[in-house]
Amino acid sequence: MTDTTATDITRADYCAVACAEVFRGDGEVMASAFGTAPALGARLARLTFAPDLVLTDGDAALVDGAPPLGAPPASLVFESHMPYRRVFDVVWSGRRNLIMMASQIDRTGNQNISAIGPWGQPKAQLVGVRGAPGNTVNHTTSYWVPNHSTRSFVEQVDVVSGVGYARAAAAGPSATKFHEIRFVISNLGVFDFATPDRVMRLVSVHPGVSVDDVVAATGFELVIPDVVPDTRPPTAEELALLRDVLDPRGMADREVKA
Amino acid sequence: MADKRTTLDEFVASLSSGMTIGIGGWGSRRKPMAAVRAILRSDLTDLTVVSYGGPDVGLLCAAGKVAKAVYGFVTLDSIPTDPHFKAARQSGAIEAMEVDEGMFYLGLLAASQRVPFLPTRSGLGSDVMTVNPSLRTVRSPYGDGEELVAMPALRLDAAVIHVNRADAAGSGQILGPDPFFDELFLGAADRRFMTTERIVATDELAAEGPIQTMCISRLLTDGVIETPGGAHFTACVPDYGRDEGFQKEYVAAAGDPDAWAAFVERFLAVDEAGYQAATLEAADERAAAKAAAKAAAASKEGA
Repeated sequence: MTDTTATDITRADYCAVACAEVFRGDGEVMASAFGTAPALGARLARLTFAPDLVLTDGDAALVDGAPPLGAPPASLVFESHMPYRRVFDVVWSGRRNLIMMASQIDRTGNQNISAIGPWGQPKAQLVGVRGAPGNTVNHTTSYWVPNHSTRSFVEQVDVVSGVGYARAAAAGPSATKFHEIRFVISNLGVFDFATPDRVMRLVSVHPGVSVDDVVAATGFELVIPDVVPDTRPPTAEELALLRDVLDPRGMADREVKA
Repeated sequence: MADKRTTLDEFVASLSSGMTIGIGGWGSRRKPMAAVRAILRSDLTDLTVVSYGGPDVGLLCAAGKVAKAVYGFVTLDSIPTDPHFKAARQSGAIEAMEVDEGMFYLGLLAASQRVPFLPTRSGLGSDVMTVNPSLRTVRSPYGDGEELVAMPALRLDAAVIHVNRADAAGSGQILGPDPFFDELFLGAADRRFMTTERIVATDELAAEGPIQTMCISRLLTDGVIETPGGAHFTACVPDYGRDEGFQKEYVAAAGDPDAWAAFVERFLAVDEAGYQAATLEAADERAAAKAAAKAAAASKEGA
């Protein structure tokens, strides 16, 4: 085992642990995780406090255990066939917990991965709404933003792809029935919507980041409690899993610096 | 059994400008690219393209064939977005119907079941409902009173998919891990085409893979076309993976009008056999360039 001390903990480790917390307490659900920190978080949760979590190979299968990042396909142990068409059965059944990325996210939790600028002729066409509209009204969804700035945390997203709290409420009970935006995790901190009017609240800052840093990088008014704790560090077991098992080549440190 | 074997030329001849065409596969995976290339060589125009979008959508946009795209995303997988599709959207050249990818699935399913719509929660509250003002909701006639999105049937004039193996009668076999939504594209279409890596005798299909791989029945196909390498440069596992080097070349060329003109002349202004030969040559050139760069780096290290 690698000899690790608190000083070895990187920003990327805090992000991975914060992503792992997304999956705490959900039992037997399918974890889908986009981005390096979310991919590590799901695996870390599976190997520690969420042993019933169901992971995918990112292609068309559910896999046993928690394969390291970049594990060769031949090393994977398949549990079940999960082609795209069947993924929708899982999405619509609600037995899924997802961390998506967001090009833009706003105060009430709307996410945009579709386009920047006016719809008819956008300044930048992105990948498209993908499954974000359906995911957010069918099962728990969280977001990962590795580049927290006033360009990504905006007052109002340009195209509502993932549905936030205000938009779900306006759409009615069929939209709110299974809707939950659990966490937003960025390279600076962790956020949720546990406020009376369901707007974004700062939950914790990653060590080395100040509340002022977060405020300066955010394009809208955050709810900030009187005391903002630090994001919890990985346990010794978690740190060893990250270093020795899940990400021995340090891919997470390439996604998030510091 | 009818012999449904046909050619890319006959496929294109059966289409006309203004049609709505569904293209199977997903992103940069098992796309019927030989069929797309045949459309690129034709004088067809003003098409509505319905696709889990990949380079099929990008190439058709680049050639000015597309009036409207219906999609949930357009991606090259290992490269997040397609440059030509981006350019077409950003110049306002095409109309876009962007929907949730589950709504897209239900649109194909509704069309293949011959019902006008299917209800879903997906789409509620999102801008999918505002950027597509024709979308409607429907109230449950039962006690729950739920109000859901009524995803309209995505009826297609024609559809084309690409599979690993097929027989002459139009049964198709997908040997890779994911059949995607190919069956539904065919089910939603009036004219139904399937290109394949290889046509084999019906009694040889079982030797290629288990019964679950024989997932396209001849009830769903009108024409079958043998096109070896017909999904290139997208992935067609287990026959071949994505040609990442060529995909990078495609993206790089898209960034510069002169480079794109040269790419078109070399790879797209030729017939399918010419395309296959040119891409093999290009792969050799990339390998040679890589070897030369490696040798240069080694001699620099030695100096």
